Amino acid sequence: MIRVDGRGDSTSLIKVRGLNKTYSRGGEQIQVLQGLNLDVDRGDFVAFMGPSGSGKTTLLNLLGGLDVPSAGSITVDGDEITHMSASKLTQWRARHVGFIFQMYNLIPVLTAFQNVELPLLLTKLSKSDRRKHVETALGVVGLSDRMNHYPRQLSGGQEQRVTIARAIVSDPTFLLCDEPTGDLDRKSADEIMALIDELVGKYNKTILMVTHDPQVAARAHTTLHLNKGVLVEAKALQEGVLAGGAA
Amino acid sequence: MKYSRLIFANLFRKKIRLVLTVGSFAIALFLFTFLAVVRGAFSRNTELAGADRLVVINRVGLINTMPLAYGDRIRQIKGVKYVTHNNWFGGVYQDEKNFFPQFVIDPANQLKVMTELHVPDDQWKNFLADRQGAVVGRNLAKRFKWKVGDRIPLQNALYGSTKTWEFNLDGIYTNDKEGGDESQFWLQWDYFYENIPDVIKGQAGWWVLKLDSPDDAVRVGKAIDDGFANSSYETKTETESAFQAGFAKQLGNIQLLITAIGSVVFFTLLLVTGNTMAISIRERTSELAVLKAIGYSDRFVLFFVLAESLVIALIGGLLGLGLAFLAIPVVGANLNGMLPPLLLSATALGLGVLLAVFVGVASGLLPGIGAMRLRVVDALRRV
Ligand SMILES: Nc1ncnc2c1ncn2[C@@H]1O[C@H](COP(=O)(O)OP(=O)(O)OP(=O)(O)O)[C@@H](O)[C@H]1O
Ligand SMILES: [Mg+2]
Repeated sequence: MIRVDGRGDSTSLIKVRGLNKTYSRGGEQIQVLQGLNLDVDRGDFVAFMGPSGSGKTTLLNLLGGLDVPSAGSITVDGDEITHMSASKLTQWRARHVGFIFQMYNLIPVLTAFQNVELPLLLTKLSKSDRRKHVETALGVVGLSDRMNHYPRQLSGGQEQRVTIARAIVSDPTFLLCDEPTGDLDRKSADEIMALIDELVGKYNKTILMVTHDPQVAARAHTTLHLNKGVLVEAKALQEGVLAGGAA
Repeated sequence: MKYSRLIFANLFRKKIRLVLTVGSFAIALFLFTFLAVVRGAFSRNTELAGADRLVVINRVGLINTMPLAYGDRIRQIKGVKYVTHNNWFGGVYQDEKNFFPQFVIDPANQLKVMTELHVPDDQWKNFLADRQGAVVGRNLAKRFKWKVGDRIPLQNALYGSTKTWEFNLDGIYTNDKEGGDESQFWLQWDYFYENIPDVIKGQAGWWVLKLDSPDDAVRVGKAIDDGFANSSYETKTETESAFQAGFAKQLGNIQLLITAIGSVVFFTLLLVTGNTMAISIRERTSELAVLKAIGYSDRFVLFFVLAESLVIALIGGLLGLGLAFLAIPVVGANLNGMLPPLLLSATALGLGVLLAVFVGVASGLLPGIGAMRLRVVDALRRV
């Protein structure tokens, strides 16, 4: 169950309570998130939408432990990450989060195989175990025949699939995707989305995804909108707009 | 190590830059080692000087002479084992630029005092019996391709009108100590004495003393200088190493010059590689951010940058040292003894490696700390 009212029970995988994020820019305080609540269960697939500057990336960065909130708490699988030290948080990210960014962010001097292997170098896995995991991940994204290609030898869609393989190779607790199809044409975007669908449907992954594209968002179980620093469900937003329009 | 691919792959990202950086390391280290070797050559006589030897010169200066009879009084002082007197000759062999030191020696005592120098017995016997005899160091003989039996003429205008002095090369001396002096020309005291004007007879240039023990050096030196105090020829007695150091200084402050050049090379290298590392890291800001996002620690990122610059430094450094290792003997051979022997010591090589490591770490440190402090969210927002 995905909830935004802060009343989720203790079984939620991700539990966000009263999340605030304030940036100061030139002495001016910008409140981006204001008391945001969210509950996500294991195997859920959530899409975040909202106008540019509404704080989608900010929210994702906080959920992924890349940034710390001004107030509020984030608990993942029982661990409250909002009070972890920087080095603890780094270890936690390695273990629990798979990132897929809009820009594919592969290391250009490493092959697809080597890029996907990067998160595994931090584990105690043996070389042959690493190889098995990397081959499996590249198999899932359909790039078994491109393992030894360098990023510049791959198309945008293929690069993004390598990024997805890198995100899932260490079997993280959940995946965060910030506009994963933002830089791709329709066809590649559809392929990536089919892949993400498969990760949820077949492999039961938990995915939180930011997108501007309603067609992409439609694939998710639930679409949430960032509005004035909090999340609202799509239909509630619609009702609000209608109510506002009637007034 | 499993991370080595990450480090090496990045090295080859910009091949031209890699070649240039490695090249500047190689050249700088070659130069540095070469300078260290030349510097070592100039200071070697000081380092190899016998701790149990004193040199007595005229207080006024090295070129001023003293009464020969001082030698007898010096010999009386307790703790003095052998005394030998020398004089500067100052002849010219064929051309002014063929300079080498020529000493008028006291054959009876020279080898007793200079115990590290050796002349084969038969050659020495011939020399003692030959009024016009000469003994030269092995290096000097090599420089002019002299062989025992050669006749060597030296022009000398210091003692009256220009005169050619003829010598028979009777022997060649060698030095026990590696890199020690083998470039002097010795001639007989008697031959010299007979051919100089009366007014300067009875004078000696300096004495070299061998002591019973190095512990006596201070006491004996003081006894000599006190003994001749207030005479018209006051003396200055120094240990041989102090004397050699003073002598080297008369050549101009070569040590300082070399040190200065070396420092400039060093700082230039530091700036060049520091700048290169900074640029190369800045180009990869977003990649480093991704590494951090997927769980690489700040400390790893620092290590990663340092390892990269260290590898560049070591490859370049070892190339430069290798080049020095090959080139220095060749250069040394072609100098024909014009400089003291060039020796590439293990210390110089070790120092070179140390220097490369230091510059490698130092040039990676600032960009490395910058990369360590980089916040993922800021870096990803920047792209
Ligand atoms: N480091 C920062 N310092 C100051 N302001 C910031 C910083 N990071 C983000 N902001 C501001 O916070 C707000 C939310 O930014 P965020 O990137 O989260 O929006 P977004 O919803 O992801 O937008 P987009 O759809 O364009 O990606 C924006 O107004 C942005 O300018
Ligand atoms: Mg964004």
